[in-house]
Amino acid sequence: MLQQILFNLIWIIPFLTVLVCVPIANSKVALLKKIHLCSAGIVLMITLFLATNMILDYAPYAGGNAFAMSYLTDFPWLAAISAHYLVGADALTILMLVLAAVIIFTGVLASWRIASGHKVFFGLLQILAASVYGVFMSFDLVLFFVFYEMEALCMYLMIAGYGTGDKDLGGKKLTLTLALGSAMVMAVFLGMYVEGGSWSVFELANVKLPENFQMWAFPVLFMGFAVSSSLFPFHFWSPAGHSAAPTAVSMFAAGVMMKMGAYGCLRIAMYLMPEGAHFWLPYILFFVIFNVCFGPFIAMRHKDLKFITAYSSISHLGLIFLGLCAMTPVALRGASLQMLSHGFLTGLFFATIGMIYGRTHTRDITQMGGLMKIMPFLGVGFVIAGFAGLGLPGFSGFVAEASIFIGSFQNEGTLFRIVTILAILSVTATAVYILQTANRMLHGPVTNPHFKELTDATFEEKIVIVIFVICLLAIGLCPAPFADFLDTSIAPIVSNLTR
Amino acid sequence: MTSLYSYSFLILLLPLLSFAVNGLFLCRKSRKASAAFSVLCAGLAAAYAISVALAFFTNGATPTVAWQFRFLPIVGDFNANIGLLLDPLSVMMLVVVTSIAFFVNIYSIGYMREDMSSGRFFALLSLFAFSMLGLVIATNILQMFVFWELVGVSSYMLIGFWYHKPSAVSASKQAFILTRFADSFFLLGMVLVSYAVKSFDFAALNAVNLKDFASIPLNLGIMVMPASDALTIGAALIFVGGWGKSAMFPMHIWLPNAMEGPTPVSSIIHSATMVVAGVYLVARLFPFMAGAGNTLCIVMVVGAFTAIFAAVIACTQKDIKRILAYSTLSQLGYMMFSLGASRLCDGSINTLGYTASTFHIFTHAFFKCMLFLVAGSLIHQVHTNDLDAMGGLRKKMPFTYIATLIACLAIAGIPPFSGFFSKDEILMTAFQSGHVAVFATGLLTSGLTAFYMFRLFFLAFHGKARSEHTAHAHEDFAMTLPIVCLAVPSLLSGLLAKNIFATKFVPGALPVATAEHLAHATWIPYAAGGMAVLGILIAALFYARPKANIERALDVDNRCKLYKTINHKFYFDEIYYAVVRQFIFRGVAASARFVEDWIIGSLVNATLFVVRKAGALVREAENGYLPFYVGVMIVGVIFWYFVGKLPL
Repeated sequence: MLQQILFNLIWIIPFLTVLVCVPIANSKVALLKKIHLCSAGIVLMITLFLATNMILDYAPYAGGNAFAMSYLTDFPWLAAISAHYLVGADALTILMLVLAAVIIFTGVLASWRIASGHKVFFGLLQILAASVYGVFMSFDLVLFFVFYEMEALCMYLMIAGYGTGDKDLGGKKLTLTLALGSAMVMAVFLGMYVEGGSWSVFELANVKLPENFQMWAFPVLFMGFAVSSSLFPFHFWSPAGHSAAPTAVSMFAAGVMMKMGAYGCLRIAMYLMPEGAHFWLPYILFFVIFNVCFGPFIAMRHKDLKFITAYSSISHLGLIFLGLCAMTPVALRGASLQMLSHGFLTGLFFATIGMIYGRTHTRDITQMGGLMKIMPFLGVGFVIAGFAGLGLPGFSGFVAEASIFIGSFQNEGTLFRIVTILAILSVTATAVYILQTANRMLHGPVTNPHFKELTDATFEEKIVIVIFVICLLAIGLCPAPFADFLDTSIAPIVSNLTR
Repeated sequence: MTSLYSYSFLILLLPLLSFAVNGLFLCRKSRKASAAFSVLCAGLAAAYAISVALAFFTNGATPTVAWQFRFLPIVGDFNANIGLLLDPLSVMMLVVVTSIAFFVNIYSIGYMREDMSSGRFFALLSLFAFSMLGLVIATNILQMFVFWELVGVSSYMLIGFWYHKPSAVSASKQAFILTRFADSFFLLGMVLVSYAVKSFDFAALNAVNLKDFASIPLNLGIMVMPASDALTIGAALIFVGGWGKSAMFPMHIWLPNAMEGPTPVSSIIHSATMVVAGVYLVARLFPFMAGAGNTLCIVMVVGAFTAIFAAVIACTQKDIKRILAYSTLSQLGYMMFSLGASRLCDGSINTLGYTASTFHIFTHAFFKCMLFLVAGSLIHQVHTNDLDAMGGLRKKMPFTYIATLIACLAIAGIPPFSGFFSKDEILMTAFQSGHVAVFATGLLTSGLTAFYMFRLFFLAFHGKARSEHTAHAHEDFAMTLPIVCLAVPSLLSGLLAKNIFATKFVPGALPVATAEHLAHATWIPYAAGGMAVLGILIAALFYARPKANIERALDVDNRCKLYKTINHKFYFDEIYYAVVRQFIFRGVAASARFVEDWIIGSLVNATLFVVRKAGALVREAENGYLPFYVGVMIVGVIFWYFVGKLPL
């Protein structure tokens, strides 16, 4: 019972924090920062505690298409449309919650030195946090949608208010594209309610939605979600948005929000409409080719760190979709591992980039050089992120990518084989842009004399980097418990897919 | 003994501990402490490895898996494990890697004495030792790939150790990317093979009989083929990984460039251990590769060509480390073609090839490591890599001189030095395989090897000092000790280990060619020795005879075109840059970005434009002017009535 309350508090605490902060004057920066850090820390502790509990109590998959839920809370909410407040956690949910909590906590730390507007910035960040927690927790489509919608607007406000460069256009591109995705999702949710007679994911899983409904609804829903995961052709918001966004928002967008889309694709679209999935996913694979094979090459030609990372994210997200499209248990598990892994990895990437940008005031790698000597801690952090990004064993990226490759090769379709082979061969291109970036930025002689006066990471920045490195190593060094645990979430979806 | 085996993971953990402690704590605090800790860990690991090896070979040398845990589940019983396999091959490599790591650590105390970041150096060296040991003891191919990548990264970081030097940075990048390119094929091969066999384990792969797979169709995307053919392709793809790691032609260019790293690094990584990983991979999967069609044929051709190609280049170089690098390439070629040549035309296997190749890994590791250490000593004293500036070091560095002589005789293949025995077996394999061209290549390379090694030897140690620093050279104790220690195995390892290799290093589960099948030629040792002596004599004639004109001999500018081409390494660096710059960056990547920015970007902007314009149009209608609304309504109704057939 206590755990159930704690679980529900995960999304309530951020809102409460915002309310608590309302009467505090904007000038009391230190107090505001402390409150927000504590709140993010408490949520992180709760998620870690619950996740540890669930991993320790984990029971292997026993068959059937029902998720092994814990902390299930269900009571009527909007009686008029029979929507429920239905939240709970299974393996995928709780791990995604941990990911989100880590990103929010480190995001607060990474924004420690923003110039002004602390109250609004941190408040919006907390609302963003609440909305993603809610998305991952809710199993009622209305509730899910409410949380899903909440984040796009906050995102615009934060980018337009606190961003850099062409922040207005970047923010608009991001928010409007996401809004398009939301509209597509909403349309299908309504359709599902009409066809299936319920908003509950659990109940809809047992109703076999009519096939002709699935034929039009699946691609709309899948692409609607895929918009926020920047699947081609809806990837264009990502470079524009990331390059304009402040550090914490970039970390959040790439680390958590892009996973929300993939999560929705897996948990709702593929789980509830398996026949549609079987028909449409081979076609969607064509889009994946762009992400996986072109992303790294485009990143090679960019000089702005955030653009490079944005295209890197696009290609990594492509691998998640490769795993989803392949629909084999190993590939789906690999895709979920990649969601986690890429969350931490890209969080580290954007965090170090933000820290370096905060010092050099440029993100152009041709303007930098020799930074390793000046800021070794940040440099090592960036190199670790790079190595994790190119799938170095020992970090989480390798186990995720290896699972995806092995899994998608198990799908015997000709197209799947071709895309898998291309994806495996494109890992070299990833190495090229990552090493090129690291070398230009960190190695060689110091080109700019002003850089010699710069300082290395501060205490809170070191904490951010260390947290991410620990997360990357934890999954990378002993993936078996995570993989077994995730299987309890994957197996029901596979069971539905093969019905 | 069982407890000795079951704790054998300590051999790996000690270098890992050294990496962690050095990297996290010692490297900033005290350079001396980090060196001492690193040497201690390496020494303990070497001692443990040697005691395991003694116990292993005195107890019948039966392969055992000492421990194993599940790393990553795949499907059902098909798991990726991390384990520790003890069999003759891995135990031999454990001894080689740990002992060489120990000597190189001692040597580095002297070599890195003046370097302010030597703590980082020791940390990375330990990381490399850990990764290499993990690769060596792998029980399955996924574990091998895991550590394969880790050695690649440690190599990258050590080549680029002096990261303020642009040449070192670009060499490290090139090494990593080229091997990574090869590794992507390895990964593909691994995925393909494990899909068909449903296992990563070497034991399972080596037990594969292709005939069992002939009737299963397997779709490779481009075409559907029998799984047996797909497995052959998979074996070849896995070999491509080894091709890149062992720097076989045409992926050889990273290895000479990798000499930008500190010399101890070249010594351990780029001669004795990491670069033989490719050979080790083929040896590890030998029964599988031997069964997989013509895969071994590719191995043989690639190896033989690299052997002679690199030897020819080595004859014209002046940079002492590059000569040794090309020599390493050439010797790796030897090991490769020896493995490749063991498959006879009728499909049976000549086990001598496997024995000879593994034997050469063993003997080569010691003398080549030592030669690099010598090169490092010379560079440390003379402050340049260039043979132009050396000469006459015999009297200044007497111990080094004698040790180098032993190593040069060993690599040239003069009996009874270690290289003679392994090289003799390799040439015998080549002869027995019936491929005359390969045998001739091997014999010729053997002569060239003797020539370029003694060219180096005479130019460095004989004659007159050709520079200021050379005249003031002296020996450093920490650097000379490992050199002298390594002279002992260079001298004796061939003689002593010959029998162990002949009896214990035999690949199992294969159709073995019987002795009657194999041509026997007692004259091969004499031919090999004769070629070596000939090479030495020619080198002496050019570079050591009292009246030799060294300046003329080292001159490049006034040579013929052929000499210049060889001296420029057949322009492979230029070709590589052209391919990478022009094709990958300016071609593929630039067009990808063009599509993204201009075609997709314009579509997005066009959509934005349409939406904006539509919005502007509709906004005009919302003008708050009542007569306008009424007018529009009337027009609309009339329009609807006539055109839309309004049911009024």
